Parts: sequence; C-alpha cells; structure tokens
Amino acid sequence: MSRTDVSEARPAAPAPRPARTRPPRTFEQANRRLKWTMLAPALLFVGAMIIFPLVFTLNLSFTDAFGAVNAGKKNVGLSNFTDALGDTRRFWPAARRTVIFTIGAVALETVLGLALAMLMRKAFRGMRWVRTVLIIPLLTTPVAIGILWLLILDPTNGIANHLLSSAGLPRQEFLGSVSQSLPTLMLIDVWQWTPMMTLLLLAGLTTLPQEPEEAALVDGANAWQRFRHVILPMLGPTLATALVLRAVDALKTFDILYATKGAGGGSDFEAETLNVYAYGLTFDYQEYGLAAAVLVLFTLFIIGVVVLLRRRAGKDAA
Amino acid sequence: MSTSRQSLSRRSFGRLAAGVAGAAGLGALGACASPRGKPSASTPLRIMAINHVWAQAIRRSTEEFEDRIGRRVSITMLTGDQLASSYNVKLNASGTDVDVMMVRALQEQLVFAHNGWLADLTDRVEQDRDFAWGDFQPAPRNASVTAGKVLSVPVVTERPTLYYRKDLVEDLGGPPRTLEALMDASLELTDRGKNFFGYVGRGQRNGAVSQWSSFLYSHGGDFLVDGRSAIATPQALAAYMFYGKLLAKAGPPGATNMNLEQAMPIFAQGKAAFYIDADAIYSSFLDPKISTVREKVGFAPFPAGPAGARPHNIPSWSLGISTFSRLRDESWEFIRWASSPRMVAAIQADGIPGARASAWNDPKTLAAFPPELAETMRLNAERGIGYDRPRVLQVSRARDIIGRPLVAGILGEPVEPVVRDANAEFADFLVRDNRHREN
Repeated sequence: MSRTDVSEARPAAPAPRPARTRPPRTFEQANRRLKWTMLAPALLFVGAMIIFPLVFTLNLSFTDAFGAVNAGKKNVGLSNFTDALGDTRRFWPAARRTVIFTIGAVALETVLGLALAMLMRKAFRGMRWVRTVLIIPLLTTPVAIGILWLLILDPTNGIANHLLSSAGLPRQEFLGSVSQSLPTLMLIDVWQWTPMMTLLLLAGLTTLPQEPEEAALVDGANAWQRFRHVILPMLGPTLATALVLRAVDALKTFDILYATKGAGGGSDFEAETLNVYAYGLTFDYQEYGLAAAVLVLFTLFIIGVVVLLRRRAGKDAA
Repeated sequence: MSTSRQSLSRRSFGRLAAGVAGAAGLGALGACASPRGKPSASTPLRIMAINHVWAQAIRRSTEEFEDRIGRRVSITMLTGDQLASSYNVKLNASGTDVDVMMVRALQEQLVFAHNGWLADLTDRVEQDRDFAWGDFQPAPRNASVTAGKVLSVPVVTERPTLYYRKDLVEDLGGPPRTLEALMDASLELTDRGKNFFGYVGRGQRNGAVSQWSSFLYSHGGDFLVDGRSAIATPQALAAYMFYGKLLAKAGPPGATNMNLEQAMPIFAQGKAAFYIDADAIYSSFLDPKISTVREKVGFAPFPAGPAGARPHNIPSWSLGISTFSRLRDESWEFIRWASSPRMVAAIQADGIPGARASAWNDPKTLAAFPPELAETMRLNAERGIGYDRPRVLQVSRARDIIGRPLVAGILGEPVEPVVRDANAEFADFLVRDNRHREN
C-alpha cells in the first residue's frame, strides 16, 4: 500500500466545528428570564399557602388522624371516603342543604338583582343614594350580619315579631325554628348578596348596544318582548359570569350559618351544610381524617359545579 | 437555539425556586423545632382563660403574683368556643405560647390527655403539703384525674339551681320541690298570649345535655351503664319525655335554639316563671343593668324526681399546664397560688363557687351569696353527682347524639323512636370512641 493509498484510505478529517457563540441577548430574551425571577416569590407563596394545604388535606384524608393532627395516625386507605359517602345521618343531608341553600339563594338573588339592575339602568333622581344604600350589606362582615339578624329575629324579644304582632300577624320563630331556619338564612343571604348581583348585572347592561333594542321597539315589541328576546340574550355572558361567581360563593357559605346557628347548624342540624359539617368534624369532634375526606369530596363537588356551569354558559353563549 | 435558551431559563428558574424553597423549608423547620432553654425574664407567663367572673377576679389580683415570681402575667380571655378552637390550633402546632390553660375537665381533659397536651401534675399536687390536694371536694378532684394522672386542678364548680319568681309562686305554696310540681306550676303559669312562659331552659341539642343530666339522674337514669349506652332505658326515656314536654308546653318559642346565652335573658327580663341552670350565673339576675327581676328572684335546690333530687356537682373550669410550655415551674406556681386555700376562700367570698371543702365549710365565704342560694348550693353539692355529660373521649359528638331525642320532645314529636335511633347511634359511637382510646 502506497502512502498515497494510505492517505486516501483515511477518512476525511471532520470539518472543524464552528465556535460556540452565544447569540446576543435581546431585550425580549432578558425580559423572559426576568419574568420567571419576578414570578418566583408569587409562585412560591402560592405553593406554600395553597398547594401545600391542599396536598396536606388530601394526605390527611387517607389517615385516621384524631385528636391531634400529628399524633400516631395510620393510613386507612379510602375508608374515610366510604364512611362519609355512607353517612345518611349527617353527610348526605348536609350535601342536600348545601344544594338547596345555593340554588334557592342564588336564584332569588339573580331575579331580584336583574330586576333592580333593569330599574337602575336609566338614570333617575337620587340614584347615587340608592347605589350607596345598596352597597351597605356588601361592606358589613358576615358575622356581624349574623348577630344583627339574630337580634332582629329573636322569637321572644326581637323587633321583627313586635312588628308582626302590631300588624296583627302571627309571631314567627324564624332562626329559632327547625323548619324556618334554612329559608330564613337564605333570605339573609339574599339581603346581603343581591346588591352584588345588581351591580354586576348593571355593569353588563350599561355596555349593551342600544340599536337592537331600538330596532325591536320600531318593530313594535313590547317591554317584556324586548327584555326576553333582545336584552336577556345579549346579557347572557355577564349573567353566566355573575352566576358562577355567586354560586361558588354561596356553596362555600359558612360565617352566617355558624354565627346564627352554631356548631352542627342548629338543634336538628337544620342549617348544617357541608362546610359547617366539616368545621364541626375538625374543631368539635377533632376527627381530622374524616373532616379532610369531607373537604376533598366538597372540593370535587364545587369543581364539578363550576365545570357544569361554565359548560352550560358556553353552550348558551354559542 | 431557542430550545436551548428556554431550557437554560427553566433550569435557572428551577435552581432559584429550589434555593428559595430550601431556605423557606429550613426556616420553617427552625421555627417548628422546639426551642430549648428558658425564655428570657421579659417573656410573660401566658394564661388562656374563659371570659368568666373567676378569670376576671384572678386578673385583678395578678400583681401580687407577678411580684412573687418576678415575671409579668398575660391573661387572654376568650369565649368557650374561641378557647376550644385556639387550643386546637395552637397545640396542634406545638405552640409554646400557652403556659397555663383553663380547661373543662369533663369536656376536654380526656381528649387533651390522649393528645399529650396536658402536663402531669400528680407529683406537684401530692407532694406539696401546703397545697392540700385532699382539701378539694371528691367529685371535682376525681374529674381531674385521667389514667391515674392529675392533669388539672379545679377552680370553679357548678350545680343546677332552680331560679324562680317569688311573686308568682306565693299562691302555689312556694317553689316546687318535685319535678312533677315544677311541671304543673309551669303549665299553669304559661300565658302564650301575653308572651309569658312557665319555664325556660336550654333546648339546644348539644348545650341542653349537661342541664338535662340532673333530670336524667333524678329519674334514676344515667348516660352509660357498664360502659354501654343507657339512654334507652325506661328511666332515660321518662327523663327525655319530661324535659321535652316541659319546654314544648311551657317553654318559649324557639327553645331548640336556646343555650345559656338565649335562655338566661328571658328569665332576667321577667318573661318566665322558672329557670334551671348553673348556680354560678346567679349574679346576672341581681344585676340591675341586665335584670328586671332582681327583687323577685328566688333560689331553690334541684327538685326531686322519681329517684329523688340528684343534681350534678361538677368542676366547670380547671387549670392545667401545656406540655409545650417552657415555663412549667412558673405555671405550677400560678396554679398553686390561684387555687390555694386562701385565694379560693377570697374568690368564693366574692360570690364565685370554688372546689375546696375548706372554703365551703367556712360560713364567711358564703356570706356574699344570698342566704337562700347559699343553702341551695350547699344542698346541691351534698347530693351532687360529679359529671353532667358522658365520660367519653369525644364528648361533643356524644352530646350531639344524646341531645337528639331532647329536640324531638321539645318539637312535640314522638320521642320513643328517636330515642331508639339515638341509642343505636350512641352504641356505634362508643365502639368508635373506644377504638380511638386504644390507639
């Protein structure tokens, strides 16, 4: 083999790799990195304050934790969930009350809120005063509201019964009664939250275009027809958003129920919703494992409701 | 190129996040680790108490104690519910910011002992001759012992007293001495049209159980017999039916929503003829700011039922020391001082019933009470049973179950089927409660 042959047989030397050079940093790239840095504290805060408790609760729900959260608990698998779901004395009645309370209160708030928003749609004298008065219940803390209504509705000494008596109407037990408590609490919720519905829907109404309604008016549509076939469809997205917000909030109601009816939601558990039940399991019974399972089920239920409402809202909008 | 840059960015972010998380974790671990050593002299001795006349009286005297130990005392007063929730939160976190705890021996002591939250005081109470542990009344003293260990020292005791309107019972020959007479008089005096009621009392499912206990014992019943549910015995059924009928026929509307806070004002405002509740609240009816009946209120012992007059005589509030306290010696000094024979006598002389026999044997300590009430308290203490709720781990849950037939009775519903159902539920509960005890 000649040298030449040898050299010919040798594989060709690889082409020298181009030197690795960093591309010049643009403002956008630097900004992208900075974005993560700036976000880090917020993400860590969320991790510590939201994700950790959620994971901790989920973990607790698979244990028999009782008395003290960390005292010698052992894993019991899904038995807390089966205990909760098999409990027809407290869990299911509480779930039913949660749904009744939410549907009843939110439906009334929506109807009243929409009616008030329609009335306030066009400016009138004293409108600013009406808006100010309307916002007062929203600014008051729920516990204070609970105590206020307890005093007003006290069956023996409350002013509500004095007014009923002086009007010749029979006295009522209101929150003192097993059968009247939940409807009364729904009305208190309506009193507190209808203004929020009104303000949300009023904001939606003021952004609607005038032309379709004017066209309907020219075509001879009466007020109801204009409302039903023109305003309501256009208000749909705002209405759906308001409904989702209020429904989720109403599902989670706790303060007023606890302030007025105490642990267990009253003597016959008449106002015990899932929230009140879970609180009682935690702080009264110290059944942390079971309470965590109830809360996990409740969270899944709320997520289900939100998904359902959003899907429904999406269909309506389409 | 763009991928490489993004991954670099992600990696940097990951490093940053891990660094911050690690630092936060180490910080948190540092905070959780139990600090060692004694706190500085500026750290106060922290006492958590119920907002009760006893706590107010002790607060007025703390200066004397502060001088003695050379440390400031900080007393936090809360309502019963707030206090229970605070203990749950603080002690679950092994908080060292609670030293002396005011606890309900009959409600919380068993579960707190199960959790290891109360320090063992046995040696301290038994080896201190001046403290005279044997001077405490037997019922409150027994309630302070769990699994052979003294975990609390009783400071306030309670018995049920029959509060009555003197002006209304004159024609009836004085206050009723039997439960039967109480029922008859209450029904007779009820005038719903005038918003006036023969009897007022606690009707809330959970809250009513402790007051109902005296009705149960006086009918010959009990919560448990040989560790098994006894709430469906004929005696218990009779007690349920009696209490339900009393509040349903002679009680105010909304009675099922009434605890002490709702029932007491109805009597204080002159809208009821009879009221049975703790003797410790008597001053509410003598306070002109609250009461319209201060000249007309009378006090009588708990009326006799078919099994005689068998009221409860319980330690309503006791003092314990948190296991996590770093000032245990100072805490014990506080308990020793606050429950000493001298302080108990002084506080009882101010109208707050204590747990020491020596104080009860000293007529001077009873001089502050109206004579009729002093005699009532003496008689009830003599006859009293040392508990007013079932002695189980989960007292609140047990009370919720036991209280259901009471509510049914007050609502005028048939009581017997509810008692049967509650009895089955209570039996299940006891199995679960025992399982918790064994763990």
